[in-house]
Amino acid sequence: MKLKSTLDAMRGVNKTNIPVFFSFLIGAIAVYVWWVLYHFLPLLSSWATYSLLPLKKGSHLGASIEFFLYDTPKVMMLLFLVVFGVGIIRSFFTPEKTRAFLSGKSEFAGNVLAALLGIVTPFCSCSAVPLFIGFVTAGVPLGVTFSFLIAAPMVNEIALGLLYGLLGWKVAVIYLGTGLFIAIFAGWIIGRLKLEGQIEDWVTQTNVTSVSIEEEKMTFNDRLVYGWDAVKEIIGKVWIYVILGIAVGAGIHGFVPQGVMASIMGKGSWWAVPLSVIVGVPMYSNAAGIIPVVEALLGKGAALGTVLAFMMSVIALSLPEIVILRKVLKPKLIAVFVGVVACGILFVGYLFNMII
Amino acid sequence: MEIIILGPGCAKCNKTEKLIQQVVKENKVDATVEKVTDMMKIASYGVFGTPSVIIDKEVKCTGKVPKIDDIKAWLGI
Repeated sequence: MKLKSTLDAMRGVNKTNIPVFFSFLIGAIAVYVWWVLYHFLPLLSSWATYSLLPLKKGSHLGASIEFFLYDTPKVMMLLFLVVFGVGIIRSFFTPEKTRAFLSGKSEFAGNVLAALLGIVTPFCSCSAVPLFIGFVTAGVPLGVTFSFLIAAPMVNEIALGLLYGLLGWKVAVIYLGTGLFIAIFAGWIIGRLKLEGQIEDWVTQTNVTSVSIEEEKMTFNDRLVYGWDAVKEIIGKVWIYVILGIAVGAGIHGFVPQGVMASIMGKGSWWAVPLSVIVGVPMYSNAAGIIPVVEALLGKGAALGTVLAFMMSVIALSLPEIVILRKVLKPKLIAVFVGVVACGILFVGYLFNMII
Repeated sequence: MEIIILGPGCAKCNKTEKLIQQVVKENKVDATVEKVTDMMKIASYGVFGTPSVIIDKEVKCTGKVPKIDDIKAWLGI
């Protein structure tokens, strides 16, 4: 781990300030090495499968193993790059700044901004409750808060990076666009419904002692370290999901006959989209685990809209999050939240099955 | 010194508590360490992210696991 020692050294020497161009130089070399490695991955995995292991080209097991040996390092490398890059972008944002930015914004513009900020603001679903209270008590409209809470898990750097790497930029852009669309409109509808009375009473009764948090001044090197910490934290958390996801994907890739998915999850079956949502909501996985499965399903003839709906309902709506939010929301508001988001996902699913 | 850790029990919160206990113990700091897991109480502190660390009513960090060096600096070590 050369990069790590360099970064650690930078952290230590930070007070004497490493010149920024030196950091850039190391960065450029690292990106080059990354790119060369990435480029040779297909060759390496094919060689490892058919030369190192006694497998025949064209066999089911061979196809599965090759898929696994190719996708695992590929996904990990992509995650590394994207998480590091987004980590650096995120070091410019904090939930406090986002709140200050959103409070007092008019409804529709507020929804759009909240959805966009949901992508770049560091957020973990375990702090959804304090964040919700912080937003609402500071005068951020309820619907705008929801736009943020919907966008933050759904449109995230892991999902975008993986979609780009595995399925191409078109699918990534479609996902980004439709994810933002759902967050904006679901939040807007919730705002229109005037459900402020459906927040648990203790939330509004809570006396929030407003605390001032010192703004940390970060140097460029601090931001690099922030990005590196994000890599360690996120990769450390999701690698097991990635490997499980790719293993399932590899199984589908090698053993499920071509076109089987076309009859189940293809365009012809109208019930496929709602079924995907119903199956997807109680499932809890993050983007890293679900996208390799999605890739394999698409390869076997599943329709894009159906797969998109499945992926969104797995990532954006999950039982644990609903249980956490139940602490601050009355059942009616929870039902509206789940219902509106699910309808948005259904709409996106049908739309893409129709136009593509 | 009064150290309060806010965290509903996620992995990062537990890690933060462990780190702080460790620093306090190793350096024999005269401090009480309290962990608040109740959502209502956490909310009343007005912080967004968990884990958060509050020392003598001053919020030291929110939303991340602090580094040992940071903890030492807060405790004046």
